[in-house]
Amino acid sequence: MAEVSLKVNGKVENHEVGENTLLVDFIRETVGLTGTHVGCDTSQCGACVVHVDGVSVKACTMLAMQAEGSEVTTIEGIGSSEKLHPMQEAFHENHGLQCGFCTPGMVMSAIELVSKNKSPSEAEIRDGLEGNICRCTGYHNIVKSVQAGAEKMGG
Amino acid sequence: MSEGIGASVKRKEDKKFLTGKGKYTDDINRPGQVYAHFVRSDVAHANIKSINTKAASQAAGVVAVYIGEDVAADGIGGPICGWVVPNRDGSATHEPPHPLLAQGKVRFVGDAIAVVIAESVEQAKSASELVEVDYEELPAVANLETASSGAEIHEGMKENRYFDWELGDEAATDKALQSAAKVVKLSVRNNRLIPNAMEPRSALAEYDDLGGSYTLHTTSQNPHLARLILAAFMFQIPESKLRVIAPDVGGGFGSKIYVYIEEAVCIWSSKKINRPVKWTADRTQSFLTDAHGRDHINNVQLALDESNKIIGLRVDTVCNLGSYLSAFAVAVPTYLHGTLLSGLYDIPTIYTNVKGMATTTAPVDAYRGAGRPEATYLLERTMDAAAREVGMDQAEFRRLNFIPKDAFPYQTAVALQYDTGDYEPNLDKAMEMIDYKSFEARRSEASKRGKYRGIGVSSYIEACGLAPSAVAGALGGRVGGWESASVRVDPTGTVTVFSGAHSHGQGHATTFSQIVSERLGIPNANVEFVHGDSDKTPFGMGTYGSRSLAVGGVALSKALDKVVEKSKKIAAHLMEASAEDVEFKDGKFTVAGTDKETAFGDVALAAYVPHNYPLETLEPGLEETAFYDPMNFTYPAGTHIAEVEVDPATGVVEIVDWAACDDFGNLINPMIVEGQVHGGIAQGIGQALLENAHYDENGQLLTASYMDYCMPRADDLPSFKVECTNTPCTHNDLGVKGCGEAGAIASPPALINAIINALSPLGVSDMSMPATPETVWRAIQNAQARAAE
Ligand code: FES
Ligand code: FES
Repeated sequence: MAEVSLKVNGKVENHEVGENTLLVDFIRETVGLTGTHVGCDTSQCGACVVHVDGVSVKACTMLAMQAEGSEVTTIEGIGSSEKLHPMQEAFHENHGLQCGFCTPGMVMSAIELVSKNKSPSEAEIRDGLEGNICRCTGYHNIVKSVQAGAEKMGG
Repeated sequence: MSEGIGASVKRKEDKKFLTGKGKYTDDINRPGQVYAHFVRSDVAHANIKSINTKAASQAAGVVAVYIGEDVAADGIGGPICGWVVPNRDGSATHEPPHPLLAQGKVRFVGDAIAVVIAESVEQAKSASELVEVDYEELPAVANLETASSGAEIHEGMKENRYFDWELGDEAATDKALQSAAKVVKLSVRNNRLIPNAMEPRSALAEYDDLGGSYTLHTTSQNPHLARLILAAFMFQIPESKLRVIAPDVGGGFGSKIYVYIEEAVCIWSSKKINRPVKWTADRTQSFLTDAHGRDHINNVQLALDESNKIIGLRVDTVCNLGSYLSAFAVAVPTYLHGTLLSGLYDIPTIYTNVKGMATTTAPVDAYRGAGRPEATYLLERTMDAAAREVGMDQAEFRRLNFIPKDAFPYQTAVALQYDTGDYEPNLDKAMEMIDYKSFEARRSEASKRGKYRGIGVSSYIEACGLAPSAVAGALGGRVGGWESASVRVDPTGTVTVFSGAHSHGQGHATTFSQIVSERLGIPNANVEFVHGDSDKTPFGMGTYGSRSLAVGGVALSKALDKVVEKSKKIAAHLMEASAEDVEFKDGKFTVAGTDKETAFGDVALAAYVPHNYPLETLEPGLEETAFYDPMNFTYPAGTHIAEVEVDPATGVVEIVDWAACDDFGNLINPMIVEGQVHGGIAQGIGQALLENAHYDENGQLLTASYMDYCMPRADDLPSFKVECTNTPCTHNDLGVKGCGEAGAIASPPALINAIINALSPLGVSDMSMPATPETVWRAIQNAQARAAE
């Protein structure tokens, strides 16, 4: 066990963690934020994407201890039900989600994608979301959502 | 009104999912909970000589270790089969037992042998590695083609065959084949798929020793059905002592219909150790143990007369049902497949034989479409081959053989009676959407770029709204096919709907509210939706087979009828009129020929504060329940057309256009319908181009992770053109048919036909699924080698 101290959604979290504890388990089990999901065991699905110091990371590929001193942002930290993030709003308006399981990771990846490329083309969006699997939507409306989200974010 | 039937209302359920507030089973924790991990067979077929759990029991954090004998000692039964069929010789389907934990034998890689329960997941996992299993290995039976001559998998089951079923008139069909001007023959394989809902299966069971009752949170598409099977058949406890909650569920696609052994072991052990027990699959376990889909080999013979009209069809099928018979495994290749072989075509005689085989692989059951994609694939591939052989355009050959509009209701040669349909305008629209008539120009333009361009048509029909109970019962089903809904009107006129259907992505909270809004004239925001909890909703059959709206939505409509009927009586009393004269529209009751009116909210209030109320003749309160059993299946149908470009140097297929024109009857929410179609097409494209569950000859699943099983990703797919035509269903109140599976049913043959069409100038006339670059490249090479001979 070791001490880890980091910020999650702006709040300081000091906890004892196992040396092998993955960041995703730390977020879900220790901090208790269950919006970040686990969809695979090979770092392929993107359900667990969070931002670590502003960069999107698959939280199942990183140990909690590696995030020592970092600022982690999860889906719970980007908007609220009263005031959705523009990307969350765009997913709602364009029916970019069905079962919702891939959605947190998808939205976090989309935000980073748009932060790097203010008005991405369809092909760039499809390429950029290649690390996030959605089984429900066929991606059609996710692509539309990200385009609309990019516009709302001021692209 | 804008929030009612037919409006693309944005979804109510979105916000919680978008903000990370969804509550899936694995997100729920109970004080004192422990974690189960299963020791699974790593060989496909073996007798178990011994199991040593001593070291595991003593490992750090371990609470208990149980094996098959422990479960058997408590008399707990395994999952049951929900549908059986008679064999051709009159005998019954062979239903071998499926123990919760192996009893002396394992039958597939992933078969559960023991469960280790510990204080943490890590402790349970590492202790599991200390369980020693001594196997006497037996030959694996991994190949469907040779399964009948493989080692015996279940004691006393001959030739590893669960059943040998037939439907239709064999003599008449064979006669048609003999007298035909042309017989088109085709053999196709429907590749095996793994459903891969993004949320892995999970269960959390707790036992209340005061009340002697259990609560199970689980990833289920049908919590009441799970409760019935678990309580009455497996545990033999009063059903009322088990509460099953399916909270937010992250996709199902069929794989979460069934009761799996893990849920039952969690329930059983939660009492044994008197602590809540939680289990969540990792993705590897999902690949190994979720019920797989498809896996058919179909031999097809289609008889044509001189004018290219179909005069008969024979289909001989063997299908792989895996190591144990899953709940609806038998129904999928028989009544959801054999009965659909007429497609949208007027075929005077049809015969089919289906042999359901056991292999030492994971159980196979319903996966999005369930039997209907297999039927559509073999038929639409054959229609294409036939059009080529007789030299007709693929669309025109279909048109020639469509059931004409004036022939409905149409009795097929394979038991079903289609109530309504109009296939030509639907085909025309799909052709227009993709600009079919200019295709040849696009083909020549592509060929200048060195690409082979092709266009492929697939016209499909499906039987949805499962199922008329009497029909299901007569055909071997062991459950009813109705659905339930309750409408509770509050004193202030707000409404809560309790539905027996279950939403795991379909958006019921939105669409069901739209129905209420339309009928009662109240805003959507005043409707709450409750589902997925056996303690809260009326007994319901859940969600599968595109039934939620076509059966559950109609149940809601019937409950609303009752609410309106009672409300009219109350309104009549308030307005001092007779109930027959009261009209109800846009949330207002009026009396014909007068200016009297009263609002729905006033009626609701009167029902609960009955100071001025006809108490002698009418109960107070306003809450109604309806159970609806459909008269017939519903028959969504349509045409999908795919356009592709193939690079002959690499075999890579690019989908350049997709037109889907579906007839789902009336639509409640077109936005949600389109979303369902998109998702279905994506899964169909996955089947046709990417996905394949592959077992080697030793019965090892070689595609047990996302590294090896190719899921469709955003950059594999195009955007889709989706439109609808509408012939409303004639036998339900809403005129709806269901839309959840159509995309997955229609799309694989459209795509494969397009690839064959593209490559036919090279002499390619067949293509297997998945059409990976290697498969396509080899088909091109083989065709060229043949041409050079
Ligand atoms: S859980 Fe699948 S990538 Fe992290
Ligand atoms: S919405 Fe269900 S997996 Fe994406």
